Amino acid sequence: MSSPDVHELTLSPITAHSFNGDRTKLAVCPNDTNVHIYNTSSNNWSIEATLKDHDKVVTGIDFAPNSNRIVTCSQDRNAYVWTQENGVWKPALVLLRINRAATYVRWSPNEDKFAVASGARAISVCYFDEDNDWWGSKHIKKPIRSTVLSVDWHPNNVLLASGSADMKARVFSAFIKGVDKKPAPTVWGDKLPFNTLCGEFQSNRGGWVHSVAFSPSGDVLAFAGHDSSINIAYPSADGNPTVVTVVTPSLPYLSLIWANDRQIVAAGHDCAPVLFETSDNQDWHLTGSLDENKKKTSISTSVLSRFKTMDSRGSSDNDTDLNTIHQNTILQVRPYSGSPDQVAQFSTAGVDGKIVIWDFDPSRVAKDLSSLRV
Amino acid sequence: MSNTLRPYLTAVRSTLTAAMCVENFSSQVVERHNKPEIEAGTSKEVIMNPLMISRNENEQVLIETSVNSVRISIKIKQADDLETILCHKFSRFMMMRADNFVILRRKPVDGYDISFLITNTHTEQMYKHKLVDFIVHFMEAVDREISEMKLSVNKRARTVAESYLGQFM
Repeated sequence: MSSPDVHELTLSPITAHSFNGDRTKLAVCPNDTNVHIYNTSSNNWSIEATLKDHDKVVTGIDFAPNSNRIVTCSQDRNAYVWTQENGVWKPALVLLRINRAATYVRWSPNEDKFAVASGARAISVCYFDEDNDWWGSKHIKKPIRSTVLSVDWHPNNVLLASGSADMKARVFSAFIKGVDKKPAPTVWGDKLPFNTLCGEFQSNRGGWVHSVAFSPSGDVLAFAGHDSSINIAYPSADGNPTVVTVVTPSLPYLSLIWANDRQIVAAGHDCAPVLFETSDNQDWHLTGSLDENKKKTSISTSVLSRFKTMDSRGSSDNDTDLNTIHQNTILQVRPYSGSPDQVAQFSTAGVDGKIVIWDFDPSRVAKDLSSLRV
Repeated sequence: MSNTLRPYLTAVRSTLTAAMCVENFSSQVVERHNKPEIEAGTSKEVIMNPLMISRNENEQVLIETSVNSVRISIKIKQADDLETILCHKFSRFMMMRADNFVILRRKPVDGYDISFLITNTHTEQMYKHKLVDFIVHFMEAVDREISEMKLSVNKRARTVAESYLGQFM
């Protein structure tokens, strides 16, 4: 398999995608109410099932790698947990109790809970209610003042990070009695009843927080804001956390993942995944683009026509395609293979309907960001 | 092209490129609705500060951005009464056919001659950089169009006057 491995699934945006544990199945939403399940075991991906219970755009999909369940959420305010029985996917209703769109969903690391972010200024933490045989939920509401755009689970299965449109990234406790055992103390705190606010961070320039991610150890939180920066927050026991802000010259990032403890991959409106690195946890910097930006062979145009386009549009080239592999905004970056603390490959899904699987190879970084045309 | 037009268009181009970073965002005020936040104006935190770029007092662009939509309003140069009439007729002609122009708004924002509304569906269906190209090209072409119309109106007036007054010679 050559890298990057490009699969053009639809022409419409891919609002969410998720591979299963052994990467033989892929759940994708092509910007409508359905979720397609692709069989990706051969090189020629084909649809093997379609999940059709939502009646608005599906905004989040997560495949649980071990229990093989899919959770989907949608702007119709609902979420479903899908389980496969005799080859057929069956939905189970989740009592989210929210009255605005759901925006994002993630299984917890132990796959016994999941968190649904929503426009109701709340996060629903859902768990299976054995007595009633349905998925119940508890709400984290307190200091959230706008739509929650993303969530991420801490590896200890209790802490939950959220990024919202009120320009803040927060860390909460999502401890559910009866589901979780008392967690070991972490840098985020030791007494963690449900809805404890363990940290609240903001980049000093503001901007909606599009994406949050815990580091593989769970001790550090990274978040990407609409001010085109990424921020890395180190909590401290005395309540004065350190936030390192990396300001970039590019367009905002919509999604980020930790490749390992010292490297972050982010992608967004620039249409290319970029790499952030550090050597001592302080000097975070933008290393470059992971998209090689192959320059297309330029068709020799006459000098006159070149001046004409410069005169009429203020730009010299006249071709439509971008130099990057994705031709429009990348909406989501997810780890594809490797372990959480050493990602070997990652996948991206974009507004252009492409799923691309990239080898994580920092040696092939294109340092020259000026060749990125945005 | 005069030498103030280039920096003006460059400023518009880079502002639009940054403003065009929109995403799907469902309303947090009305259930199951999804509308351009810049038009609805119901949630303050998802609307950014508007930006005005002006070349001179007669030629300005107002760019208002929100999380899922951008509104671009253009003030077209009107040096005299004839240009005012021509500009009014021209923009009216366009806006009456706004459905076919996809991103055109049916009414301009107060104080401007023509407005565009670009939402996340537009940036999903079309190349973002081409949308920017289109707006910049439109701004450049509309001036030329109006001065050409002005010339042809003047020429026509002269021909009419000549043939009318010719009778008395």
